[in-house]
Amino acid sequence: MTTTHPTATPQANATGIPWKKVLLWSAIALTVIFSLGPPMWELLTSIKTNSAITADSVVYFPSLDQFTVEHYVQLFQRNQFHIYIFNSALVAIVSTVLCLGIGSPAAYALARLRIPGEQIVLACVLVVTLFPYILLFLGLLDLVRALGLANNYLALIIPYTAINMPLTILVMRSFFQQLPKDLEDSAKIDGYNTVQMLWQIVLPMTLPALVTTGILAFIFAWNEYIFALTFITRESMKTIPVAAAQLGGTTLFEVPYGPLAAATVIGTLPLVLLVLFFQRKIVQGLTAGSVKG
Amino acid sequence: MAKLELQNLTKAYSKTVVPVKDLSLTVDDNEFLTLVGPSGCGKSTILRMIAGLEQVTQGTVSIGGRDVTPLAPGDRNIAMVFQSYALYPHMTVYDNMASGLKLRKLGVGDIQKRIQSASQVLGLDPLLDRRPSQLSGGQRQRVALGRALVREPDVFLLDEPLSNLDALLREQVRADLKQIFERQESPVVYVTHDQTEAMTLSTKVAVLSEGYLQQLDAPNEIYRRPANRFVAGFIGSPQMNLMTLERVENSVLLGEFKIELPDAARKGSSVILGIRPEHVRLPQEGDCQIVRGDVFLVENLGMSDLVSVRLHGSDDRVLRAMLPADATWSRENIELALPPQSIHWFDVETEARLTS
Repeated sequence: MTTTHPTATPQANATGIPWKKVLLWSAIALTVIFSLGPPMWELLTSIKTNSAITADSVVYFPSLDQFTVEHYVQLFQRNQFHIYIFNSALVAIVSTVLCLGIGSPAAYALARLRIPGEQIVLACVLVVTLFPYILLFLGLLDLVRALGLANNYLALIIPYTAINMPLTILVMRSFFQQLPKDLEDSAKIDGYNTVQMLWQIVLPMTLPALVTTGILAFIFAWNEYIFALTFITRESMKTIPVAAAQLGGTTLFEVPYGPLAAATVIGTLPLVLLVLFFQRKIVQGLTAGSVKG
Repeated sequence: MAKLELQNLTKAYSKTVVPVKDLSLTVDDNEFLTLVGPSGCGKSTILRMIAGLEQVTQGTVSIGGRDVTPLAPGDRNIAMVFQSYALYPHMTVYDNMASGLKLRKLGVGDIQKRIQSASQVLGLDPLLDRRPSQLSGGQRQRVALGRALVREPDVFLLDEPLSNLDALLREQVRADLKQIFERQESPVVYVTHDQTEAMTLSTKVAVLSEGYLQQLDAPNEIYRRPANRFVAGFIGSPQMNLMTLERVENSVLLGEFKIELPDAARKGSSVILGIRPEHVRLPQEGDCQIVRGDVFLVENLGMSDLVSVRLHGSDDRVLRAMLPADATWSRENIELALPPQSIHWFDVETEARLTS
């Protein structure tokens, strides 16, 4: 309404309802509910008693006597979830560190040195990302078998590292490209040798990009399901997504909604904390990559 | 004694791309050499070769009699100020200045002393704990300068250090630079495309074009006796009037006006005449070479008017003259005197200076 009368100021509208604001805030509310609804539902389910979960009239917010942490306790006592958390963390952290450790130097070389065939290398890196990674899984299964890596953390760490490598190289390369060359020249004149320069001058400036790509790689490795399900069969080596999916009820016909929801929350919590903690760096890193992507 | 010496320096990226061609020059202690030229003339490449950031294709760079051509930048004992300042963003001002000294294994006391004296000169004392992102452009520039000064290098290299400052600040920092480097012994090499900086700061100016050294002289000499047509046109603002004129025996015709040629210029079928707008004046008694024309443009520069005159006798000959703002003259049929001692003559073929 107000847009059709550009002369109408907010003051002129003071007696009526500020439609623009109402619209804006309802849009915001809708968006928040839309994206936060499912996680909220999981969270609420995980702290409800079983009877509240299955109650006939839906219980949205548990009252005090419907509140319980029993599902969480059960996960750790009966299902040994701390082991799965450890497995997931180990695999995700190691593959992320490897990915950054191998990918960043490659990205730096691609950004700074004039290598013949640089475009071809980049094209190859890009082509790898085009394959749906599920397609790789049958081939990998054979490889894992041939190398005797089944039920070995390496069976997950190596593929995760490889799958995250193109992303790392592309993001880091565009970041390195927009680092001013003068800084490196200045460091050389100051007397830094190449290793010192990379470590003391370039690396600190690269942290935002490293954190961003690191988190993306970590999230992928943390959430990955198919490889983890196939290459690891030993109970004590399973990762959280697999373990959560295999949660069973006390009887064949019981679906353990509570523990499932609790496992989801536990599986998501580290990622949420990670993102919240590094939020500012991520924004920096993402925009850095996007300006000159 | 840390004389900087360049011998037959050449840089070639490929057979056709040769930004620096056979350059030889020396810069002594207490000398301030400015490399000036239009963009793409190779001046930055020369500086980067002196610094060791760019490989030398041919020739040698020596500092204080020591051949440093094969040495890495860090081993040459030089300091460089970059156009972008190139301060380390994650370090404080103090650490920015100290980093190079720490790498040279200087004692903490020594480092502090040097930084203190440099920051006093530059007024950086209250900023030492800040990071570059918390500084203004002028402050960053001073930090970059401080980083070079604390090094006490054999040679200072400055790559257009003022071009990122606004006009007012630039003038002020220019004056500061002059004072600071007059107190320094080490030779300074300064790259700029701004001729005012070149004229005001240097003891010696090297004018470059297309990779060749056009003239190497004191700023005064460059202004008074440009070695060729390029230097004449490049140095001086507003630009020198340059006209190619046909020779008729011992004189040339500028429009319908005859101008006497000096002995040295009496050859070839035509010659280039050059005269600076500030040397063209309203006729006084005793002036013999007078031209007339119609004013078609007046640009007010404050203390003087830059007047563009279309000369009688030829429609495309335009003479620009700088006239005092308080002088009176008529727009039509204005008379202007060309004092013979202010006229420069250049060869048409070689473009070299003809008169001594």
